[in-house]
Amino acid sequence: MKRAVIIVLLLGIATTAFGRTEQPPIIQAVLEAEAARVAVMNRAKEAVVAVFSPGGKGGGSGVVVTADGYALTNFHVVKPCGNAMKCGMADGKLYDAVIVGIDPAGDIALIKLFGRDDFPCAEPADSDLVQPGDWCFAMGNPFMLATDFQPTVTYGIVSGVHRYQYPAGTLLEYTDCIQTDASINPGNSGGPLFDARGRLIGINGRASFEKRGRVNVGVAYAVSINQIKNFMGHLRSGRIVDHATLGATVAPDEDGRVVVGDILENCDAYRRGLRYDDEVVSFGGRPISTPNDLKNVLGIFPKGWRVPLSFRRDGRRHDVLVRLAGLHTAEELLSKIKGRLLPSPKPGEKPKLKLPKIPLPGGGPKKTKLVRPRIPMPEIVKKHFQQKRGYANYYFNKLNRQRVLKAWAEQSDTADCGGAWTLAGELSGGGAYRFELTDSGARLELPSAEFQWAAGDESGASLEPPQSGGLLLALYLWRRLALLGPEQFGEVSYLGAFPVVGRKENADVLLGLHGGVECRFLFDPADGRLLAVEMFATEDADPCEVLFTEYRELNGRLLPSRMEVRHGDDLYGVFKIDANTF
Amino acid sequence: MQILFDHLAAVLARRVDSKPPGLSRRKLSAGTSLTARRASTAAKFFLFALLVHTCSSHSLAAGASTAEVLDRIQPNVVKIYGAGGFRGLEPYQSGMIVSADGHILTVFSYVLDTDQITAVLADGRRFEARLLGADPRLDVAVLKIDAAELPHFDLGEAVEVDAGTRILALSNLFGIAIGNEPASVQHGVVSVKTGLAARRGVFNSVYRGPVYVLDAATNNPGAAGGALVTRTGQLVGMIGKELRNALNHTWLNYALPIGQLRESVEAIRAGRLVAARQDEPKQKPARSLRLEMLGIVLVPDVLERTPPYVDHLRSGSPAARAGLRPDDLILLVGGRLITSCKVLNEEMEYIDFEDRIRLTVLRGGELVELDLQYSANGEE
Repeated sequence: MKRAVIIVLLLGIATTAFGRTEQPPIIQAVLEAEAARVAVMNRAKEAVVAVFSPGGKGGGSGVVVTADGYALTNFHVVKPCGNAMKCGMADGKLYDAVIVGIDPAGDIALIKLFGRDDFPCAEPADSDLVQPGDWCFAMGNPFMLATDFQPTVTYGIVSGVHRYQYPAGTLLEYTDCIQTDASINPGNSGGPLFDARGRLIGINGRASFEKRGRVNVGVAYAVSINQIKNFMGHLRSGRIVDHATLGATVAPDEDGRVVVGDILENCDAYRRGLRYDDEVVSFGGRPISTPNDLKNVLGIFPKGWRVPLSFRRDGRRHDVLVRLAGLHTAEELLSKIKGRLLPSPKPGEKPKLKLPKIPLPGGGPKKTKLVRPRIPMPEIVKKHFQQKRGYANYYFNKLNRQRVLKAWAEQSDTADCGGAWTLAGELSGGGAYRFELTDSGARLELPSAEFQWAAGDESGASLEPPQSGGLLLALYLWRRLALLGPEQFGEVSYLGAFPVVGRKENADVLLGLHGGVECRFLFDPADGRLLAVEMFATEDADPCEVLFTEYRELNGRLLPSRMEVRHGDDLYGVFKIDANTF
Repeated sequence: MQILFDHLAAVLARRVDSKPPGLSRRKLSAGTSLTARRASTAAKFFLFALLVHTCSSHSLAAGASTAEVLDRIQPNVVKIYGAGGFRGLEPYQSGMIVSADGHILTVFSYVLDTDQITAVLADGRRFEARLLGADPRLDVAVLKIDAAELPHFDLGEAVEVDAGTRILALSNLFGIAIGNEPASVQHGVVSVKTGLAARRGVFNSVYRGPVYVLDAATNNPGAAGGALVTRTGQLVGMIGKELRNALNHTWLNYALPIGQLRESVEAIRAGRLVAARQDEPKQKPARSLRLEMLGIVLVPDVLERTPPYVDHLRSGSPAARAGLRPDDLILLVGGRLITSCKVLNEEMEYIDFEDRIRLTVLRGGELVELDLQYSANGEE
């Protein structure tokens, strides 16, 4: 009896669930999902750019990422454009744009659009959270269809993540990219790949075509937005940006572990203790279980970044930070971007044995011969462009250098302090110290000893005090930059955004060259304060690192009251600053 | 009412575990068949099924479960590396694990024409694979790797679908996935279920049975042998070899229904259609049949595994009279798989010189069967 009651009860629930006369729930859900998708796409398309070369013959796609008009696209899209391009947006307007920075190996370019300070821009997602099967959509200008600048949308799923694609031609290497079956065709290059919520997860740039001809075959790749985030500071520097190398190669051993097969003795990984046959456990925060894993992770970091590396030897794990060297020399990079980049199949040519994955051309002319149209640069572009060897657009380097120095000067206010600078106080281990910095050199008095360094000896003959890596020279250069400014310091340029130990946010880095010495000044982008100075007396040696912390207001100046000095793996000393005169 | 809550909890737990929805469906049918016997149990299952139904349709609409489905079934798809690497022949294809102890279903192709076949699992484990057997009539092969407790598809649970069904295609197309990466996945819809035979002369395919034609570009280099599944991860088919329409040069995207392949896979696993001499040792006859007795001259045996093509025939020989022709490729001898010239010669040693044999050969995309017998005084 009890059972019968339950059955009746349950049948009752079931009939009410199924017996409603409105839209069946599944259809309603589909309609709602469709409406949501349309809304997402309508919003997303606002930030999408159709890139055209000045002559209007070539081009591709792009996406605006800041309200003041910085936009991402592919390097191979802007390459035929030269330094200026026209950008159509969904508002129906055509904007002038200028090249800012390029990453030829990663096939990314940063451009800046002019004409608005409230550009609609795409919100970047965390692309490491993207999974195979996730819905995604691409927007752009395939086959250059967007004559009214309304982007084409193609919908698909994520087919794979963390994909590695071998270099095509001479330079392009797609690492850690997102594979999608959303249709990507010639002209889509440089355009955005969005997740289902309309957040930017990557920049579309490459497809597997092989023998099927130059149209989509269900396989395309996007550079992950997380990789681009790492390169953003470097791209803003106006440079031709380089990728990184560890200085060591790895191979699997018989047990399937990833071990160091070869290592350069002058690389930072070697100085941090990595040796032949060590097992690489993790790199850049990711576990490494195949040599390809390492290659993949390496590709997402720009040259010069310090990245965590963990390796194991005799069962013991070592966790270190390594500075990554550049993949190319400056000359190599310059000569390579001039080289023929896009192998183009000739009409009627039979596909070769294994065609490299061909980067999508702009969708315009089939010939990839560099077209340098004799079209005058628009005035607004002219104002924002400056040619310099090694740079895509030196104007933006100066712009950022000025921004960083201005913020620093505002809070430290030391530009007029041309006399001797003194810093005095206690060493954290006990004992008084006193630094004196002048135009002619630097001096350190310790209870037991006294060290001097005289200007003119920058070449590194005497890196006083011993074991510091050249602390006196580093402090001398600090004062020099504050007093003389970028023009008289020697050569000062904006290097990009770099991670700093113990901080979440990246630092703005200025590179100062003086008397053959390379010195990096790391600044907090939020308030302009100087976080650290890293002085490299020679190229293949550890720098002297000076970390400034515990800033305090003193006579209207915000100054550090703690100075930590490191060299290599060792702490040289911690100086508490009790008194200073400027 | 406690029962209701218990089952709600069970359903929710199942959702969290993201167990195969196929499992829930089976529970549903089991439940209905039990109705007569135990009403309360049936009621439980009814409610259960109702909840599962609403839950799964909801998650489909939201599209949130595809990643979960893939998490579960991507380990069933393997990357297969073998012969090739020249003249545009990619040395890789795809396959799916169909037993816990390492049977792999794939397409029968040139990639398997080597003694060094490697199967790489989604987690990066590499295995040497052995060609257990093949059915050249369907172009399917079964490989075996020495492993246990592998994630796999159960061929018995494969489903038939209709046109309009949304599908996922999992394969190692273009060899993109290397090492410890799962295969690639694409999405699409079944356009039609139709017979390839109707297109005879258009598509150069040995397989003549029904296929699922897909609206996605699934059949790329290296994709053959991959899995076609529903959006909830139920196995539907195996992605076929690349086929290009000889008339308009378009490529066909299609999969072979698992139902068409099941029998062959079972035959291979049962020891039929296997490569010669793999099973129990047999007695050689006192006098064996040899190819020259039949008048068959093969192409020179120059490769590790030279495909046994007929080079020429002695005129008036038993083979010539039976209708064998130059350029025929010998696939089966009496139901045994012939993978190379060497294997064919070895297999002949086990056949008595007076026995009648049946050859299955491939001739310009068509399978032809011929009966041959040696007679000592038969040549004219």
